[in-house]
Amino acid sequence: MRFALIGQPNCGKSTLFNQVSGYKAETGNFAGTTLTFTESKVRVLSEIVDLVDLPGTYSLAGSNPAEREVLHYLAYHPIDVVINIIDASHLAQGLNLTLELMELGRPLIVALNMMDEAARLGMEIDGPKLEELLGVDVLPLIASRGRGVRAVFTTAMHVAREALPPNRPVYSPGLEDAIGSITNNLNGQAQASPLASELMAIKLLEGNAQLLERVEGHSPKARPLVEQAQKDILERQGQPAIWVFNAERHEKAAQLAEQVVIRGEKRRSKRDYLDDILLHRFWGYVALAAILWLFFQIVYSVGSALEAPLLESFDNLAVWLAGLVGPGTFGAEMLTGVIQGIAGGVAIVLPYLLPFLLGLSILEDIGYLPRLAFLVDALMSRLGLHGKAIVPFILGYGCNVPAVMSTRLLEERRDRFIAATMATLVPCAARLAVVFGLVAFYLGPQLALGIYLFNLLVIALTGHVLSRFLPESSPGLILEIPVYRLPTWRAVAHKSWFRIREFVVDAWPLLIFGSVMLAVFERLDLARWLNAAVRPLTWVLDLPSRVGVPLIFGIFRKELSLVMLRQALGVVDFAEALTPIQMVTFTVFVVFYIPCLATLAALRRELGTRDMLIISLITVAIALAAALLARAVATVFI
Amino acid sequence: MHLLQVDIGKTIRVVGFDGGRKLEYKLRQLGVLPGNCARILRQAPLGGPVMIEVDGRSIAIGRGIASKINVEEEAAPCDSR
Repeated sequence: MRFALIGQPNCGKSTLFNQVSGYKAETGNFAGTTLTFTESKVRVLSEIVDLVDLPGTYSLAGSNPAEREVLHYLAYHPIDVVINIIDASHLAQGLNLTLELMELGRPLIVALNMMDEAARLGMEIDGPKLEELLGVDVLPLIASRGRGVRAVFTTAMHVAREALPPNRPVYSPGLEDAIGSITNNLNGQAQASPLASELMAIKLLEGNAQLLERVEGHSPKARPLVEQAQKDILERQGQPAIWVFNAERHEKAAQLAEQVVIRGEKRRSKRDYLDDILLHRFWGYVALAAILWLFFQIVYSVGSALEAPLLESFDNLAVWLAGLVGPGTFGAEMLTGVIQGIAGGVAIVLPYLLPFLLGLSILEDIGYLPRLAFLVDALMSRLGLHGKAIVPFILGYGCNVPAVMSTRLLEERRDRFIAATMATLVPCAARLAVVFGLVAFYLGPQLALGIYLFNLLVIALTGHVLSRFLPESSPGLILEIPVYRLPTWRAVAHKSWFRIREFVVDAWPLLIFGSVMLAVFERLDLARWLNAAVRPLTWVLDLPSRVGVPLIFGIFRKELSLVMLRQALGVVDFAEALTPIQMVTFTVFVVFYIPCLATLAALRRELGTRDMLIISLITVAIALAAALLARAVATVFI
Repeated sequence: MHLLQVDIGKTIRVVGFDGGRKLEYKLRQLGVLPGNCARILRQAPLGGPVMIEVDGRSIAIGRGIASKINVEEEAAPCDSR
């Protein structure tokens, strides 16, 4: 058996999923896209059920990739029951999607979530009446507190066993005629598609281009037929078919809501006034700065407290293991390479990434991230992006890999490209180690802060220039701002776990591979050749030729640039081998140039090989220019 | 008049859109459709987005898009349906 969870964004669908799914839940991709859904095995009435959590969509008309994929998934995969989660406090909007789901020809139940929130707003919902009007089982639910969860799943099981799909809503005669005519004309010829034929007719009339292409493959007369019907509707009703369907569903949903909602006194709580401060024209930005400052403060204090002891234990482990194999042998060096690769993940990245992702999930579940997008939209639009692009940017300070992955939330490919480029320029936790270990330690924390500010400036400039080169206008921000909610620990832990797992699976193996490669290079004494190969670069930057190897290996793992610099220069104290100006130049170059191997892999997955190479080239060019500029400035001031 | 020309706190009714189909579709999904009533909640400074309340839902809309939404001002607040 397979159950599908579906609902509009912010309806609490994932909260329900997290309540019932185990930590073994799998994230999958829709074929050929970066859009993901999550699947888990759940026990219902002593039967094991596959539960699929589909991405939140407002409707299924197929005008964006998420809607198309969800419709495709619901129509073509064997699903025994569709569980439609509705935010009870926004019943009319939620019913819009329900009416569409009733057209699928699949068994359906409706769960009214956040009944507590609705009650707070003074709404009383007559569930039995809604059930009667829709002809679909309707159940109350408070997913965040686990209330009603069991009833939802047992009812879903009963409905799945009965396998009786609901009757779809009836449209106005004009639309019904068009649906009927297309259904009759295509009947028998489009049997290759398991889509209920009336649903197919509706989606074709709404202008789902992919679906039309598919159907056309079996019946060539489909296109003229559909286009004629669309023209008739446009002539008769004065608007395109898609809007007519949209308006009729909206009207029907509103009527249904009106019949079942009893409005009482709305109780205003403290939460309702929170936005007056957090989104205030002035105080909102003060709060933003305070929240981000606190956030990074916590992340870095937790991270740095864990990093040092962890690194030390790994060093000890490496020495001990090397001693067992025999110090100086090839095997020992390989082993040390593997240990260092594991240490890079456990001791350098995870101590920062873990509190970072936990904190981010909390901010997200409270509902602060959409508000952050609202606050910074004006700033981001000057960089050619809109407010939502702030998320990859902030994530970048933890690790560029999840940052690049999070560019998925942007709709336009161009926006994703610009946001990914900017995210790779953000100094991650590993690059922080270089900035702190070199500049802050030898030249003082003010200069380290200066490098961070300089980095921000360069990123802003890059965004600005890129958006000039890619002038197609960004669609701009349209974003629902959900009400504030208290995060549940289970949901936060679940979300963070999924994100950590992405890092562990995608990036970590590459870190270990990089470390082993490093050991091989050292063993074969290839350093001289590598230094010669990048000499033109180090010469231009006025750096010693021996920093070539650390720079190259920085591509494997960013913090290696610092770790290896010590070996390459053959000194314990950097001040003996590098002038302050060279330290600044080196650090600035490391902060900007080619993202690490793991980030490159993420870029390739999200944007393709070509864009990955372009972004790498852009970052080298920026790094070179920025390092030269920093050198010139440093020469004047230091 | 369009959305940006209305003061904060005022009530409006959506009349139509100047943008493309894709834009209109996204707005309609969130309840911003012709005939619907909305209230202007707040605006971010320095050319930031406008926040409106439609059917009890808060939506942030960038200025570029807001200037493409044609509205008329309403005297009375939206009925709380």
